[in-house]
Amino acid sequence: MADNIVGIDLGTTNSLVAYMQGDSPAVIPGEDGLNLVPSVVALDEKNQVIVGNAARKFLIESADHAVYSVKRLMGRGVEDIQDELKLFPFRLADDLQAGEVLRIKVGERTYTPPEISALILRQLKRNAERFFGGAVTKAVITVPAYFNDAQRQATKDAGRIAGLDVLRLVNEPTAAALAYGLDKRQNGIVAVYDLGGGTFDISILKLHDGIFEVVATNGDTHLGGDDIDNLLITIALDDIHGDFGLDLRRNGEAVQQIRKAVIEAKIALSSQLSTKLDVELLAGKRYQREITRQMFEGLIQPVIDRTVGPTKQALKDAGLRPNQINEVVLVGGSTRIPRVRQLVQDLFERVPHTDLNPDEVVALGAAVQANILGGGSEATKEMLLLDVTPLSLGIEVAGGVTDKIILRNSTIPASATQYYTTQVDGQTSVAIHVLQGERELARDCRSLARFDLNAIPPMVAGMPRIEVKFLIDANGILHVSAREQRSGKEAEIDVQPSYGLTDEQVENMLLESFDFAEDDFRQRQVIEARREADTILAALAKGKKNPAWQELTVEERRNAETLEQTLIAAKDSEDYSAIRRAIDELNAGTMRLAELMMDTAVSAALKGKAMDQTDLEEGPAAGHPVAKAEFK
Amino acid sequence: MIMPGDATQSCWSCGTMRAQHFCSACGKVQPAAPVDYFMFFGFPRKLNLDTAVLEREFYALSRRLHPDVFAQAASQEREWSLEQSSMLNDAYRTLKDPIKRTQYLLRLEGVELEEQSKRATEKARATGELKKQVVPPDLLEEVFELNLHLEELRMQKKTGEDDPALLEEIGKAKLSLEEKYDALFSELQDEWKKWDRAVDSGTEEEIRLIRDRMVDVLNRRNYIRNLVRDVNEALE
Repeated sequence: MADNIVGIDLGTTNSLVAYMQGDSPAVIPGEDGLNLVPSVVALDEKNQVIVGNAARKFLIESADHAVYSVKRLMGRGVEDIQDELKLFPFRLADDLQAGEVLRIKVGERTYTPPEISALILRQLKRNAERFFGGAVTKAVITVPAYFNDAQRQATKDAGRIAGLDVLRLVNEPTAAALAYGLDKRQNGIVAVYDLGGGTFDISILKLHDGIFEVVATNGDTHLGGDDIDNLLITIALDDIHGDFGLDLRRNGEAVQQIRKAVIEAKIALSSQLSTKLDVELLAGKRYQREITRQMFEGLIQPVIDRTVGPTKQALKDAGLRPNQINEVVLVGGSTRIPRVRQLVQDLFERVPHTDLNPDEVVALGAAVQANILGGGSEATKEMLLLDVTPLSLGIEVAGGVTDKIILRNSTIPASATQYYTTQVDGQTSVAIHVLQGERELARDCRSLARFDLNAIPPMVAGMPRIEVKFLIDANGILHVSAREQRSGKEAEIDVQPSYGLTDEQVENMLLESFDFAEDDFRQRQVIEARREADTILAALAKGKKNPAWQELTVEERRNAETLEQTLIAAKDSEDYSAIRRAIDELNAGTMRLAELMMDTAVSAALKGKAMDQTDLEEGPAAGHPVAKAEFK
Repeated sequence: MIMPGDATQSCWSCGTMRAQHFCSACGKVQPAAPVDYFMFFGFPRKLNLDTAVLEREFYALSRRLHPDVFAQAASQEREWSLEQSSMLNDAYRTLKDPIKRTQYLLRLEGVELEEQSKRATEKARATGELKKQVVPPDLLEEVFELNLHLEELRMQKKTGEDDPALLEEIGKAKLSLEEKYDALFSELQDEWKKWDRAVDSGTEEEIRLIRDRMVDVLNRRNYIRNLVRDVNEALE
């Protein structure tokens, strides 16, 4: 079997890993048997990293040892996240410098957002490795379509830190369309409305004989279910302040308790007309409040209305009227809210397609893309994804104006070539400021990078002709190369995102994560061995009650019991090899018992069958091999 | 038909004379050749283009050139695929839009198109420089009157006055401009036909005249577009 390339949905609230199982994609469950891995990372009292469901309880028990919704911070600087800081309990490192990559405190440690995402990715990688029983090193990871260059770069860095070769970043709504299209196999225009935990995307695609051509995309990378939760939390905090005179805003655990309750209420209101918000507060006080769906809908309307502008813009950019869309696909947990569905229905003048599981479809689509990149299969061999860049790329020109050189919704890979020259004689360097965004003035766009074209051969002003090529690759990430045409000198420039990690930093983080991974690995081995020991000890306890136990010699029984004691003692140590050895020895020492039990079971089964056939009256338990054995 | 491959070397992989984007013998992807967008698709430099054919070619080439197809290939081939498919996308984007296609062809013919875009306007505003604007002679009177009305509207907005008659005047002017804008597109399409004929059998002089007329149509069209935008901004 070729390498297992997995598809990963690295979500704000939940993350998933999926793979192509034959002709259709499937989600790989975690150790707990659940498909969704909550995007929560916590450190326990021993500073062990805990990810997913197990990390959630830390939010309520020791809020400062856990972090969630870190996707909101990916590829952003301190000045970008002032709004998030008001609403999310992110604790920034105390020594953070302006212009530096963000670092978040979790317990006593600090992590950059890509490192926290990498911890989630490593958990998913581990889940997949357990599932396949082999290494997983290659992945396709999804990102919101409206993610900018820095946010994409940060996601790619996270993959590398997690020890994954990220073959492609795929836009989430596009991934959803792939999963939808694999299933439907119909030509037409499809709109994907994706309202997740923290991001909103709208993408319009043309499906044509297996080609998935995105014609327009738009969105908001800071709009989602989190915003709805925050509205409800604010109300609850206000109420509590009014009712009990308690200001809980600074109490992380209490806020998380309220957050948990409002999320439950929000979910309940998708199927009920009314629900009760019920939170146990400190000192036996209890906050209770009835919320009706009508109140809820009034409250969230301003939030969900923010999806209207991007949706209309995407339609306009695609040059389509709503009634020209053949199908609207809903993605993201927040599209379960009836009011959101109604809004989509009003916008597109049709009932949206809700057959897909909105939590899983993005991961499934990522698995389809992983399969395509791995060389394809019968199911995917005709499939090709042509995506677009969500934001225009520009450079700053005289007067602080943005000169757009690659327009939004251009199919990627896309490129543009610009020519530069010098202003003064002998000038050897030209500064270039790369921007991303739709606004006319450079200061209103996002600064992607500043770089210098260096080592220009000294010439008379205006003589050099420097060709700079901007290329956006299939991941939506920018590459820049430059060449002075008169001298033919080539100068490759790596764009360093304004809030990105350097290659060296990523490399170091990767090495550190190896160290941790080593620790984790040993830890995991011990835990797994203990589990196996429990299983075999339980089996032996049961075996001793079996008549077969009495058929053993006294010597055999004594030996088995000695080995049993050895394993019980070894089990509580941290020594993996000791536990392993004790398991193997006990296994060997009880081999004959197992065989005897098997024989009794088999003969009983044969007997049972014979009795069935001869129709002998032997009571109701007659057909049951084990029950029969006890009659003997 | 012009085959850009004719001008270039042999296949890097098998040594056979190379075809356009792939070697004709072994099918391996080739480095991007320095060709224009028309040549990239193997089209003549003509303006009447069947966009259905263009789309078909675009899809067919995408299936062979896209980086997804080369995800498992050697790094050099991956790089060529990236270059080739970015050029394919750039070419398709330019040629499928009739105005962009015309502008691109004119640029290939050495014409420097006048910048009357929104960008130039914004830049002029930001820098305080005066934007280079030539009012097409046939529009002089209409534009003069419209500008007076717009000025009046802006004044009224400041004082909070409301003059339905003025709004109606401006609305009428806007409608007339929009009609002219649409008519210019038909005019441009007429020139395309002439151009395509002249490329095959016209004199250099004829070609030059058609080229100049297309530049003129595009400039007038840009001018009206900007004017309509100004009207919309004033009406907001």
